[in-house]
Amino acid sequence: MLTPEEWTAVALSLRVAFWATFWSLPFAVLTAFVLARARFPGRSLLDGLVYLPLVLPKVVVGYLLLLTLGGRGLIGQYLDAWFGIKLIFTTAGATVAAAVVSFPLTVNAIRLALEAVDRGLETAARTLGASKLDVFFSVTLPLMLPGILSGALLAIASALGEFGATITFVSNVEGQTRTIPLAIYSATHMPDGDAMALRLTLVSVVLALGSLLLASLVDRRIRVMIGRG
Amino acid sequence: MIEVGFRLARPGGFALECGFAVPASGVTALFGRSGAGKTTIIQAVAGVVRPDAGRIAVAGEVFFDSARGIDLPIEARRVGYVFQEARLFPHLKVEGNLRYGERRCRAAERRIGFEAVVELLGIGHLLARRPHTLSGGERQRVAIGRALLAQPRLLLMDEPLAALDEARKAEILPYLERLRDEMGLPILYVSHSLDEVLRLADTLVALSEGRQVAAGPVAQVMSRPEMLPVLGRFDLGTLLDCEVVRHDAAYGLSTLAFAGGELRVPQVGRAVGGKVRARVRARDVALALAKPEGVSVTNLLPAVVEAVRALEGPYADIALRVGEGQLAAMVTRESVARLGLRPGLAVWAMVKSVAVEGSRPEIFAPGLDHGA
Repeated sequence: MLTPEEWTAVALSLRVAFWATFWSLPFAVLTAFVLARARFPGRSLLDGLVYLPLVLPKVVVGYLLLLTLGGRGLIGQYLDAWFGIKLIFTTAGATVAAAVVSFPLTVNAIRLALEAVDRGLETAARTLGASKLDVFFSVTLPLMLPGILSGALLAIASALGEFGATITFVSNVEGQTRTIPLAIYSATHMPDGDAMALRLTLVSVVLALGSLLLASLVDRRIRVMIGRG
Repeated sequence: MIEVGFRLARPGGFALECGFAVPASGVTALFGRSGAGKTTIIQAVAGVVRPDAGRIAVAGEVFFDSARGIDLPIEARRVGYVFQEARLFPHLKVEGNLRYGERRCRAAERRIGFEAVVELLGIGHLLARRPHTLSGGERQRVAIGRALLAQPRLLLMDEPLAALDEARKAEILPYLERLRDEMGLPILYVSHSLDEVLRLADTLVALSEGRQVAAGPVAQVMSRPEMLPVLGRFDLGTLLDCEVVRHDAAYGLSTLAFAGGELRVPQVGRAVGGKVRARVRARDVALALAKPEGVSVTNLLPAVVEAVRALEGPYADIALRVGEGQLAAMVTRESVARLGLRPGLAVWAMVKSVAVEGSRPEIFAPGLDHGA
């Protein structure tokens, strides 16, 4: 059905999307919490920074990543010198690009879920002897779970479609950074690439639809579980 | 003792000032109209709201003292808080809710057992249910159980019945009475319902528009003229702790003995020797200079005027001493002048039997013989 080359692109896409979401999720929860609850000078600036990748051209995001995390970048040079981490032309780099681009969507979904949590329940938990941290893990987090999961699935779906930042930051290397969108882009430049582009397009549609269906299914199950059904 | 004294001002004009020390036993009702500041007081006791200045201490432990910079965090105060709207955790089953506080309490400090609470509140059949499948009354019982199992040294209840309809209220009140009588746990009970206060409370702190109007034993406080803004002219009256002396089945009457003598009232649902509280509204007490003859009024009590106080409008409040007891009467200022009412004057107080019942039979609440 799919050629080995296409399978590689599909598997790579799934891997990149999964790990990008996996690593960004804790940061997204933390950021959402700070944005929704904390009051401090510079909050609006942080708010803006978090949503910046959503509105900037993705090529700009990729280029900024190159400037900061590239081999000679501000941070990138130390990553390489101290930890031996190379992001350029690697799957790790593609993962970073996907994570940065999907971050605002994830934060937003989680933030909405957090704002929907009844603060009164948190107060009730504290009167029952729970510390603030305890309340977060025993009450707030479980109640945010549907939001976190839908945020995660949204992140996976958007990471699967990431193109601009990836190709600018880590280029288009087969087996390393050539995810489905990049493979389709390459195929359209090949003389006989039409069939390949079409097959990968179909895969894209199936994956996107699948993650949306999964999102609504999981959401419904969790809502029943936590009594919001 | 439960000592609460603080002041607090909020942007928007709300200000609250209170100061009372009540026994750390039995039920203390914080009573007043909505907006009087009742809830703010228990929020301050719980640590949810921080006063501008003052001191809050329960049984010797200081929760808050602005002068000494003490402000215990909520979870360190160990007060059970029952909210108006139950606030059960939707992601936990009833049992998980009940055990939430229990788990966060050291085993050595667990005085109140799970089985006992479940039995007391009659919630054994609900343990595996999710909160959203419970009725309002069931939810509130679970919330009370959850608060009790956190092993509190004080229970705060914020109008726990206000969100319920009459049938649900009637379902929960007996549980609250059992709680009061069996748990030996001091309770601060916020309410704007006079019926609830009369039925449950030993001590009353009355509030009006952010000011504390009166504080003390319920029976004493109820007849004070300061209660007028809280109760309104209609409900101002005396609360009498009585004992049932006999029933007169033929006429459907009961005779109650109180410190000032006996009262004949419509039959009460208590056996002879049982304790009840009877409320006599000041407006239902009439006065005569000589013992009236040929009147339908059943209760004629010899009394001595202790104080006469002119109220707003045409009304005057008369404090009477009846034997060892007290009674408040409300008459017109014109009557005060016509009868020459003044302190020391001997009069007859007339109380219609029918008026003692009023329109609400529930005024006959169980008397409180604990904790006193």
